[in-house]
Amino acid sequence: MSEPVLEIRRLSVDYGLGDSAVRAVREVDLTLHRGEVLGLAGESGSGKSTLAYGLTRLLPPPGVISGGQVLYHPVDGPPVDVLTLSPAQLRAFRWAETSIVFQGAMNSLNPVHKISTQLVDVIRAHQPGLSRPARLARARDLLRLVGISADRLDSYPHQLSGGMRQRVMIGMALALEPQVVIMDEPTTALDVVMQRQILSQLAELRERLGFAVLFITHDLSLLVEFSDRIAIMYGGRIVEQAPAAQLYGAALHPYTDGLLHSFPALRGPRRELTGIPGSPPDLRAMPDGCAFHPRCPRALAPCDSRLPTLGPPADDPGRAVACWLHPADEVVAR
Amino acid sequence: MTFLLRRLAFYLFTAWAALTINFFIPRMIPGDPVKSLVSRFQGQLSTDAIHSLYVLFGLDSDDSLWDQYVDYWRQLAHGDLGLSFTAFPSPVSEVIGDALPWTLILVGVTTAVSFVLGTGLGVLAGWRRGSWVDGLLPVTTFLSSVPYFWLGLVAIAVLAGPGSFFPSSGGYEPGLVPALDSIFLGSAVQHSLLPAATILISSMSGWILSMRNMMVTVAAEDYITVAHAKGLPERRVAMSYAARNALLPNVAGFALSLGLIVGGTLLVEIVFSYPGLGFLLFRAVSAKDYPLMQGIFLVITLSVLVANLLADVVYLFLDPRTRKEG
Amino acid sequence: MSIPTSSVEQVIPEQGAMAQPSVQPSRRRRLRFVSGGKAATGLAVAAGYVLLAVIGPWIAPYDPDARSSDLLQPPSAAHWFGTTHLGQDVFSQILVGTRGVMLVGLTAGVVATVLSVLVGVTAGYLGGLADDGLSALSNVFLVIPALPLIIIVTSTVSGAGDLVVALVIGLTSWAWGARVLRAQTLSLRRRDYVEAARATGEHTWRIIGFEILPNLTAIIASGFVGTVIFAVMSEITLAFIGISSVSSWNWGTILFWAQSQQALAQGAWWWFVPAGLAIALLGTALALINFGIDEFVSPRLRSAGRSRVRTADGRTVRMRVGFTPVLAPRPAPPVASGQREEAGR
Repeated sequence: MSEPVLEIRRLSVDYGLGDSAVRAVREVDLTLHRGEVLGLAGESGSGKSTLAYGLTRLLPPPGVISGGQVLYHPVDGPPVDVLTLSPAQLRAFRWAETSIVFQGAMNSLNPVHKISTQLVDVIRAHQPGLSRPARLARARDLLRLVGISADRLDSYPHQLSGGMRQRVMIGMALALEPQVVIMDEPTTALDVVMQRQILSQLAELRERLGFAVLFITHDLSLLVEFSDRIAIMYGGRIVEQAPAAQLYGAALHPYTDGLLHSFPALRGPRRELTGIPGSPPDLRAMPDGCAFHPRCPRALAPCDSRLPTLGPPADDPGRAVACWLHPADEVVAR
Repeated sequence: MTFLLRRLAFYLFTAWAALTINFFIPRMIPGDPVKSLVSRFQGQLSTDAIHSLYVLFGLDSDDSLWDQYVDYWRQLAHGDLGLSFTAFPSPVSEVIGDALPWTLILVGVTTAVSFVLGTGLGVLAGWRRGSWVDGLLPVTTFLSSVPYFWLGLVAIAVLAGPGSFFPSSGGYEPGLVPALDSIFLGSAVQHSLLPAATILISSMSGWILSMRNMMVTVAAEDYITVAHAKGLPERRVAMSYAARNALLPNVAGFALSLGLIVGGTLLVEIVFSYPGLGFLLFRAVSAKDYPLMQGIFLVITLSVLVANLLADVVYLFLDPRTRKEG
Repeated sequence: MSIPTSSVEQVIPEQGAMAQPSVQPSRRRRLRFVSGGKAATGLAVAAGYVLLAVIGPWIAPYDPDARSSDLLQPPSAAHWFGTTHLGQDVFSQILVGTRGVMLVGLTAGVVATVLSVLVGVTAGYLGGLADDGLSALSNVFLVIPALPLIIIVTSTVSGAGDLVVALVIGLTSWAWGARVLRAQTLSLRRRDYVEAARATGEHTWRIIGFEILPNLTAIIASGFVGTVIFAVMSEITLAFIGISSVSSWNWGTILFWAQSQQALAQGAWWWFVPAGLAIALLGTALALINFGIDEFVSPRLRSAGRSRVRTADGRTVRMRVGFTPVLAPRPAPPVASGQREEAGR
């Protein structure tokens, strides 16, 4: 496996302060390697989007980051902890190193400015030396990169279809050739055909440009096809993490298993659709022990009192799971 | 263009409605105001003038209501608003023509300045929550809850008076003859400072508050998060992304509340005896000068409609979505 | 005459894609409206005024019309707010005048609110031609300057009493509320539960009464409060310029006499200051109630309780959009990341 580009260490994110604080992300460890697609899946409310906004420090008030580190490894030079950057440093870091494609294809573009303005202003902010014609030429290239004709530069967002807008956003995300692109439900608002088109285009672009993707979605079926590795989140924690094929072939955590049985298989033998009974946990009143145990069909004795740690199961060092069915090696667990 | 045409049609409709209301109001007056006037100015009224007054008041009751209505429009088309009782025998249009520029300048300038200043402060208050501007909000709320005219009274009591720089009444030094020379203009500006400040102070808080609330609402939009994520300079995020979008509903609100604002500012003129439409309306009401009252209402309404149309044009330039509407 | 203070129309909650988990259950939110400082203060003060309106004439120390030999006296123990040029007690005039002010304000508020609900909800719910017609009607009333119209209509009706004034104000000031209600009804009508009720053949008026109106309560309340503010201001204005009858007392009448008797020139500040402050205090209280309603409808508007937070190692960080504060103590920085800024890419 190649070297890491983004390392999240024991990251915790709260909504609110003091006694009224609700912890939405709990001591998450996650590593994104250079050039890979890491899928992050979970039900709504599992904390996956909060994690993405937390690690980029874009979470609006009352969100606060209550602990942890987010280490970014530049191509050359020592790693940077994003959480210790000053606002000016953070501004320079953003988009140049990690860019984001948000879930709201409709609302991500400023409705009162032309596409060209919005493409150009990010280039101007980060590369002030570039001349105006050069910036416009770059903007034109970016549109062509995502398959939109350059005469669309003068369009306003409301004149574009949803799919086009999301492609503009992807083009914009690549404007400064970042090492990491975070995608938060980038295709959820689109129809299935458009979803396919954009995803295959994305795969092709990654092949060409070599950026790493943190792909966040509630749609695990999408990740199985599209990503190299998959992490599953539940109740603010990562509960399982494995290469995509292994996770799909043999899920270790009962929750992952439930997710996999919530959609029909695209290829291979038919599986029974069972879904997961119950509803996601209330962040204000998390159950003791494993957060999933009230809904777990295979809950054991320690599940309702002791928290399982994320670690490799005994037989496979290539993946990790937090479940008492597969207790981790005490040595590996933190 | 369709947007503007639709608005234009609406304003024409509103103008028609206002004029029709204007037609019916005097028909509610009990008694015969024209007869009392005719007897007051025995022999000085031409038959034409008397007829025109009867048309305005709907007392030529031989005609059907419809004929009266047609007659009323015919008169308006000639710019004939009747004769003023108080400034007899000047026609109403002339009396109003003298007062209109004063109001247009005083109310027009202060309303525009108040909107711009208030919106600017609202941007600050909404963008940097908890800054000093937020502390200003209770004060401005209090000031906007004070009637305009009362604030004017206090301003006169505290700031004006014998020997003060601020004159307490009038639009210019009594001895001067209105002309476009520096002495007269200087005097006019000096006389307008206190009324303008009064209007400004009491009308600004509404804009601060609504702009602040819009900024707060817009700050949660996705494109603001994107702008932050892009690492744009804070100024650009605040102005070009947040304020630029928050401005749209504020401009729309400005157009809608123009009628309210203008009504309030007219009262300031009364307190300062400022020679504009508000003071004229006050005098007309005191003297029961119905033709003058009606004429003033007409002119105020039409001015507000024109101002509304201007605000719509501004909105058209601000919002690309209205520009290219199919 | 002030701009409608409620901006409910602009903040009709639309959940952004990044909606955060709702932290308060609805029952707590309902309480929060009253427990929020602004609304509670506003309600308390407004209640005080209502009380004064009821008992004012009984507790007034003097007959407001009674003349005495204390002409134009400044405030004293005998006359708290001083006296007029006829020796009348200003304090008693204010107390007695409260009833007229509140009566007109509330009556006009009720009339305008009923009209705005009828027009707004009907237009929003029925849609089509009815909507076009009613919307045009309320836009016309919105654009025509209300105060001059009120002044002219009232002056045409000779010797207009409180009731006439209240009716005229109520009939001319419903349009803003109707507009806001129409917009909100339109969006409610498309909600699933309303569609479902319609699909199951519920009677139109039952749907409006049970599914739509309850969800409009906050907006109706804020419209009511806004109209009361406007009505009080208009009524006092009418009295001040001497249009409505000057024989009954309200704060505008006091100002009318103060103005016409040259109180300013004589330095009798006590004659017009108390009435103005009474108006301003009432107006502020009502505006505060509306702020409370606004913040209740759209929690985002709540003044961020704490705009600064303390981090674990004692630094203070400002809460702001775009730069989530980090509370954890700073570990030894892995790199002096300053030079990265210039490096760019």
